[in-house]
Amino acid sequence: MRLEVDIRKTLHSGARRFELEAAFSSQDDLTVIFGASGSGKSLTVQAIAGLVTPEQGRIAVDGEALFDARQGVNLPARARRVGYLFQDYALFPHLTVRENIGYPLKKGWRFNLLPEARQEVTEIMASFEITHLAGSYPAELSGGQKQRVALARAMIKKPSILLLDEPFSALDSMLRHRMRMELLEIRQRFAVPLVVITHDPADVEVFGDTLVIFADGRVEEVSSRAKSAAPEVEGWREKVCWRAQWKKEHLAAHRFVPAAGI
Amino acid sequence: MPDLTPLWLTLQIASFATAIAFVFGVAFAWLTARFSFWGRDFLDAILTLPLVMPPTVLGYYLIVVWGRNGWLGSRLNAHFGISLMFTWQGAVLAGTVVAFPLLFKSARAAFEGVSTEYEQAARILGDTELRVFFRITLPLAARGLLAGTMLAFARAMGDFGATLMVAGNIEGKTQTASMAVFDAVQAGDYTLANTLVAIMSLVCVAILVTINKLASRGRAGR
Repeated sequence: MRLEVDIRKTLHSGARRFELEAAFSSQDDLTVIFGASGSGKSLTVQAIAGLVTPEQGRIAVDGEALFDARQGVNLPARARRVGYLFQDYALFPHLTVRENIGYPLKKGWRFNLLPEARQEVTEIMASFEITHLAGSYPAELSGGQKQRVALARAMIKKPSILLLDEPFSALDSMLRHRMRMELLEIRQRFAVPLVVITHDPADVEVFGDTLVIFADGRVEEVSSRAKSAAPEVEGWREKVCWRAQWKKEHLAAHRFVPAAGI
Repeated sequence: MPDLTPLWLTLQIASFATAIAFVFGVAFAWLTARFSFWGRDFLDAILTLPLVMPPTVLGYYLIVVWGRNGWLGSRLNAHFGISLMFTWQGAVLAGTVVAFPLLFKSARAAFEGVSTEYEQAARILGDTELRVFFRITLPLAARGLLAGTMLAFARAMGDFGATLMVAGNIEGKTQTASMAVFDAVQAGDYTLANTLVAIMSLVCVAILVTINKLASRGRAGR
C-alpha cells in the first residue's frame, strides 16, 4: 500500500483560523497519525475519506488519485473505496445490527437484500462473532460490540484502506488491549492497510510501522520503524511518551482550548 | 342530528393545507438545518412570521398577494382564469400559511437533532445524497416530523381569521368548523355549537396526547 497526502486547507470559525498543511506518505500497511487534539489529524483523515475537500494538493492511494486539485479530480466519498471507523462508531440507530452491516450492499431502492448479499452479511457476522446480536439495535450494545459491528460494516465492501479515528478512546483499558489485537487480526484476515489516528502512545507501539506526528496543523515528523535499527525501537516509545507528556504540560501551561471539530 | 358539513370541509381543507405545508416546510427545514448561507437567519424569521402575526393581518397579506388584483393572483386570473378568493382552495391557502411555521420549526429541530456523522457514514458506505436523505436523515427525523405535522394539522383545522379574510364564510362551501361554531352561537343554536366544539376538542386532545407520546418515546428510545 502506498498512501500519499499533500493537502492544504484553511478553516474559519468566528475569529479563529486554522491552517492545515499536511504532507506525508506511507508505504506501510500500518500507519499511525499521532498528535494532540486540534492538531489537524482528524481533518486530514476526513479529507482522505472525502468528507472534507481541501483547497489545494493531492491525495492518492496506491497511485490512484482520490483528490487532485490541479487536475480537478475529487472523487465523492461514496466512490473512494475507503473504510472509515468513526470515533463513536456512527451505527445507524434506526437499523438493527444485521441491517447496519448489510447497509452498504443495498442496491437501488429495494427494501430487502439480495440472497447473495444476505449470505455475505451472515458470513461477516460469523467472522466477527456477532451473529447473536443480529436483531439488536445499536443502543442495546456494549462499546466493544459496537466496535465490532462498525468494523464489520466498514469491511463488508472490502475497502482498499481502512481509516480509524481514535478507535479505542471510547473503550476501557482492558477492552482496549483486546480490540487492538483483534484489529491486527482483521488486518491480516482482510489484507487491508490501516491508518489509525490516536493520541495514545500505546497505539503507536502496536500499529506504528510508519508514524506521522502532527502539531498545529502541520506534519512535524514522519518516521518508519522498519528503517530504524533494532535498539532504536526502544527509543520509539520514549519519544512518543515524552512527547505526549510534554504536550500535556505545554497545553496546561498555555491554557490552550483545542478548536472543536478539527 | 346537526349538520356536520363544516366538519368534513374542515378536515378536507386542513389535510390539503398540511400536505402542502409539509412539502415546503420539510424542504426549507432541511435547507436551513444543513447549510449555512447568507441570510439564513432572516429567512428563518420570515418563515416563522405567520406564527406571531394576527391572523387577520396574515389574511390581508394573502389578499394582497393572491387576490384578483394581487401580485400573483392577477397572473393566475389572466393565465388560467381562476381566483382563489372565496373558494375552499383559498381556505387551503390560508390554512397552509398559518400551519407552515409549526411544521417548519419542528422539522428544523428534528433535522438538527440528526447527527451529521450518520450522514457522513452513509456517504462513505456508498450512498448518493438522495439516498442519504431518504434512508438516514428522514427516518431519523421521522418522529419530530410527525409531531410537527400533527401540530400543523391542528392549527390549520382551527384557523378562523386568515381563512375568513381569504375564503369568507359561505355555508357549505367555505364555512369551516370554527366559523360554524361562531355562527351557531350567534344564532343561538347550541346543539350544533356543542357538537362541533366537542368533536374539535376531542381531535385536538388526541393530537396532543399522540405528540407527547412520540416525544417521550423519542427521549427513551433508540
